Amino acid sequence: MVKTAQTYKKRSMASEIWRRLCRNKMAMLGLVIMVILVLTAIFADVIADYDTKVIAQDIKNRLQGPSMAHWCGTDEFGRDIFARLVHGSRVSLVVGLVSVTISLIIGGPLGAVAGYYGGRVDNVIMRIMDIFLAVPSILLAMTIVAALGTSLVNVMLAIGISGVPGYARIVRASVMSIKDQEFVEASRAIGAKSPTTIFREILPNCLAPIIVQATLSVASAILSTASLSFLGLGVQPPSPEWGAMLSGGRNYLRDALHLTLFPGLSIVITILALNLLGDGLRDALDPRLKQ
Amino acid sequence: MHKYIIKRLLMLIPVVIGVSFLVFFIMSLAPGDTARTILGETAPMEAVEALREELGLNDPVLVRYFHYMADLLHGDLGESYKSGQPVFSEVMSRFPATLKLAFWGMLFAVVLSIPIGIISATKQYSLTDSVSMVLALLGVATPNFWLGLMLIIGFSLHLKWFPSGGDETWRALVLPVITLGTGCMASVTRITRSSMLEVVRQDYIRTAKAKGVNRRVVIYKHALKNAMIPVVTVIGLQFGQLLGGAVLTESVFSWPGVGTYLVNSIKAKDTPAVLGCVIIFCICFSIVNLVVDILYAYIDPRIKSKYK
Repeated sequence: MVKTAQTYKKRSMASEIWRRLCRNKMAMLGLVIMVILVLTAIFADVIADYDTKVIAQDIKNRLQGPSMAHWCGTDEFGRDIFARLVHGSRVSLVVGLVSVTISLIIGGPLGAVAGYYGGRVDNVIMRIMDIFLAVPSILLAMTIVAALGTSLVNVMLAIGISGVPGYARIVRASVMSIKDQEFVEASRAIGAKSPTTIFREILPNCLAPIIVQATLSVASAILSTASLSFLGLGVQPPSPEWGAMLSGGRNYLRDALHLTLFPGLSIVITILALNLLGDGLRDALDPRLKQ
Repeated sequence: MHKYIIKRLLMLIPVVIGVSFLVFFIMSLAPGDTARTILGETAPMEAVEALREELGLNDPVLVRYFHYMADLLHGDLGESYKSGQPVFSEVMSRFPATLKLAFWGMLFAVVLSIPIGIISATKQYSLTDSVSMVLALLGVATPNFWLGLMLIIGFSLHLKWFPSGGDETWRALVLPVITLGTGCMASVTRITRSSMLEVVRQDYIRTAKAKGVNRRVVIYKHALKNAMIPVVTVIGLQFGQLLGGAVLTESVFSWPGVGTYLVNSIKAKDTPAVLGCVIIFCICFSIVNLVVDILYAYIDPRIKSKYK
């Protein structure tokens, strides 16, 4: 009986949020774009073959404008730009998700511990986070890449680490706001250990701001990756990364605009969709904005 | 007030020490032998070992960091591996160019964004509001390096109004400033609008209106001042983004600033140069945050009164 009531309550909460999200047209637009993008990334191999279309060079057909055969034209090596954009979505989404997961796995527990215990523990953790925050995130990522070398894994690590303090702050604030509530006290009263209370009682109840932050930071992670790759410090050629493609097109601005136009538009549309979805989620998850 | 400023100035010291240690520690993780990198693959083992000893590379990280900080206090950031010149003078010779870009970028963003934000908030749901919010959303989503390239194509290659590189004339400043300032402008517009919307719903604004105070006075005197705290916070945070953005903007427009130097140094694995640039950038960012904190006290008498 209790279980049924719980399930009912959970479902009603989720459906309430979904209902509020559905009413937000801009958020739905963001969601639709993201669904299309995720499907594109999943079925990238079906849409265009990696080895023959994305990597293989075809110098005879270089720098061709958009046509029926090549929807977005071809690049300086004669590779199909549309195929590279499709596979590039895979790189962007993977970098976005993995780096946000890294930030969350390190920053979340740090923030939770700081918020839960308070006092000296809080002070030490948050002062260290303040130091991280004093380094602009893209510069921190560049420093890490400079030290570890340029590769996809290092880029994800660098962007993930630069996002840690943001999550620590948000989780800490959420934990502090609910740690004195009765259900937390009840958990302590029945003898649950602190980690159990933190991870099983407190964290699931402060998911809302974390989800919003995660959505928005996938966007900034994609942007950071493109920025690093554009500078030649991120994903290396011939991998089809949007920022790297833009960087490659820089030398052909006068004659072949499509080399820079399409990868740039892909980045803008993705970031826009994630921002719209993130803003929509924030409004849907925040009961104060219910009206 | 003086007490507050002195307290905030003192708090800058641990942040600078912490940041420099963090950056120093990350750079020390770099794999490979620095002495070998400088001397080349063919150099004899003895020479490499001698250079390691000379550069203090055999010491533990903490000892090296201590020496580095002692030198930093004397304005010495070491010597560039690539050019052999002192990093401090190399960075400082490029610093004015970056500062010029950041200053005008910030000014461009703030001067345009705050009025647009106010108009959007006071005319909520109007056409002006919708258009400016869509533009602000696009501004946040557009990578500045791409915007820079598109501006070059439009205004430099086709219309030939502005040059696509260099920093000699005011014309050369226009495209880089727009490129750098747009993202910041978009964020500040959004926060100004939402902060103003929150404030205009407060009771004291209704009271002022009910008393018959002029609409302009209500908006610019009563509401704007109260809405400024989050705006100033975002402007301060955006400065960090602006410094990062400056690296990309400089790269797009071949701007002879610290950003270009930093990127070239990273590619050349020139550790002292990278370290020097990042530390100088971080000190700038910390000083801007300090200025923001001091500004709070000027804007909000509640904060000021705490330190009287």
